[in-house]
Amino acid sequence: MSVDMRTFLAHVELANPITTAAGCAASGRELAQFFDLHRLGALATRSITMAPRAGRPTPRMAETPSGMLNAVGLQGPGIDAFLERELPWLAQRGIRTIVSIGGGTVAEYSALARRLADAPGVTALEVNLSCPNIEDRGRVFAREGSAAAEVIASVRSIMRYDVPVVAKLAPDVADIVAVARACVDAGADALSMINNPLGMAIDTEALRPSLAAVTGGLSGPAILPLAVRCVWQVHAALPGVPLIGVGGVMTGKDAFQLILAGACAVGVGTALFHDPYACLRIERELEDLLRVRGFQRLADAVGLAHRPPGSAPRHLLVDSEESSP
Amino acid sequence: MQVTGTVLTTRRVDAYHALTVVAPGIAERYRPGHFVSVAVGGAHSSMITRRAFSIHDVKPDYGGTVELVFSVRGPGTAWLGERRARDTLDLVGPLGRPFPLPRDPVHCVLVGAEYGSAVLFPVADQLIERGCRVDFVLGGASADRVFGAMRARRMAQTTTLTTEDGSLGLRGKVTDALPAVIADTRADVVYACAPMETLRAVTAVSMEFDIPVQVAVEEAMACGIGVCMTCVLPVIGDDGATRMVRACAEGPVFRGERVRFEDVGTIPFDALGAPGGGVRHVG
Repeated sequence: MSVDMRTFLAHVELANPITTAAGCAASGRELAQFFDLHRLGALATRSITMAPRAGRPTPRMAETPSGMLNAVGLQGPGIDAFLERELPWLAQRGIRTIVSIGGGTVAEYSALARRLADAPGVTALEVNLSCPNIEDRGRVFAREGSAAAEVIASVRSIMRYDVPVVAKLAPDVADIVAVARACVDAGADALSMINNPLGMAIDTEALRPSLAAVTGGLSGPAILPLAVRCVWQVHAALPGVPLIGVGGVMTGKDAFQLILAGACAVGVGTALFHDPYACLRIERELEDLLRVRGFQRLADAVGLAHRPPGSAPRHLLVDSEESSP
Repeated sequence: MQVTGTVLTTRRVDAYHALTVVAPGIAERYRPGHFVSVAVGGAHSSMITRRAFSIHDVKPDYGGTVELVFSVRGPGTAWLGERRARDTLDLVGPLGRPFPLPRDPVHCVLVGAEYGSAVLFPVADQLIERGCRVDFVLGGASADRVFGAMRARRMAQTTTLTTEDGSLGLRGKVTDALPAVIADTRADVVYACAPMETLRAVTAVSMEFDIPVQVAVEEAMACGIGVCMTCVLPVIGDDGATRMVRACAEGPVFRGERVRFEDVGTIPFDALGAPGGGVRHVG
């Protein structure tokens, strides 16, 4: 018996819950050498900016225990080249695409949304709120509910009603539930969490920071517990909001944790650097875990860990014949 | 493609380790200049970035083997150095853009420093097959860090060795010996693989002689397949514009004169998308 892995991001149906994490699949073509991108629930692009961006100087990467730091600085081709070359390539192949956007001002996010509003092939729009706000001394939008809400409200008003707007939240905040609630109130159809928390490493040979940009985003298995906590808290407060759980997912079991915490889709990022086939492997492992536990539908497992203590485990409710793999 | 390879042999070559791995799919598709990325630390490793290595040799035995040469520089390469025959390794490859090879039988000088020399031997094999004249200039800090001197002597017309401490061949760097070799052999093209600083000097010498130079760069990479965007360096494109390009996907082989070696580790102000410069759009 196979498990029904379909999931909904707001009203958009995805064939399975596994997506790439924004910024971890470049333009998509790089991964297409390894497997058919149609097998992904969706492909998330890197964060597209208005102008082309050269990014940060090297070294941009430092390996850390069970993780890595990166300071790429949103290197990308800019919206013009993206619309001319990268999005059509994905759209022509019918690959479900979550387009991520990044900007320094509310106006820049709005301008990006206007350019993408009529572009074919945008399954959902993810708003990367971990960009420095030029008008707020470079503090990121995601750190405060009102700044994040302003961006989301503007983007939501511009995008077509049938394209869900997803707010990507950062874990480096005092109260992620407050930021999440502000985004939902401003019109976000779904939330994606977590972006990389900031970290730093020092090279003890050179006696200076390992990254040219000094600090960088921490990713990899080291941040999985942080992602599970954030998804848990937000799902508890806003149970009706679809969540994309992202952060350190390396195995199907990791993805299952996020699903049980309340995510209906799971983003895979750093695992792709280690294993180009990670998304397919994780999807397969997740399906096996669900089947062994007697689930017929992925949707039945979403947020299941929130059930009150003492209630019966889910799999005992299923007919034993159906639960056999 | 991803292959679970079995280690066939391990050996020490002076200061370096060499691993021969049975990896049929990779050996079959290999062209000189390609590299592979290797997962290190085993299945439950805390080291999540792959390590990239150029391929020193490809043989048809056991369906196809590849040989990697590396020096132990950290916990990942230390783990790799401890592998023994019959251990398995997770390889992805062949990756990158290989060396372009000349159609005509021209004179080629191959310049390698440290273990960068390793990648040049398959190039030399192909060049000799095409009737090219091959001359080697190999160097390192000391005698035990000059890789492949014996093999070079067997296959090349001349082999010039340099060490910084004078323990083997000429005292100095490969670029001290290079001008004389280019002049003596009337070289038409230079192939080089070495640390970035040496490549810069090799390119400068080649440009003085006005001959093309193909360099294979060594940049720190996390993925090797073009998705992580960490291995970038400034390279001038056909249109004259500088872009931050990936050493793994657009390289590792570049035309030397196109690489802005002075600006490696920075974002040049005139690079496409550089902060405060390059092309700007108004939202």
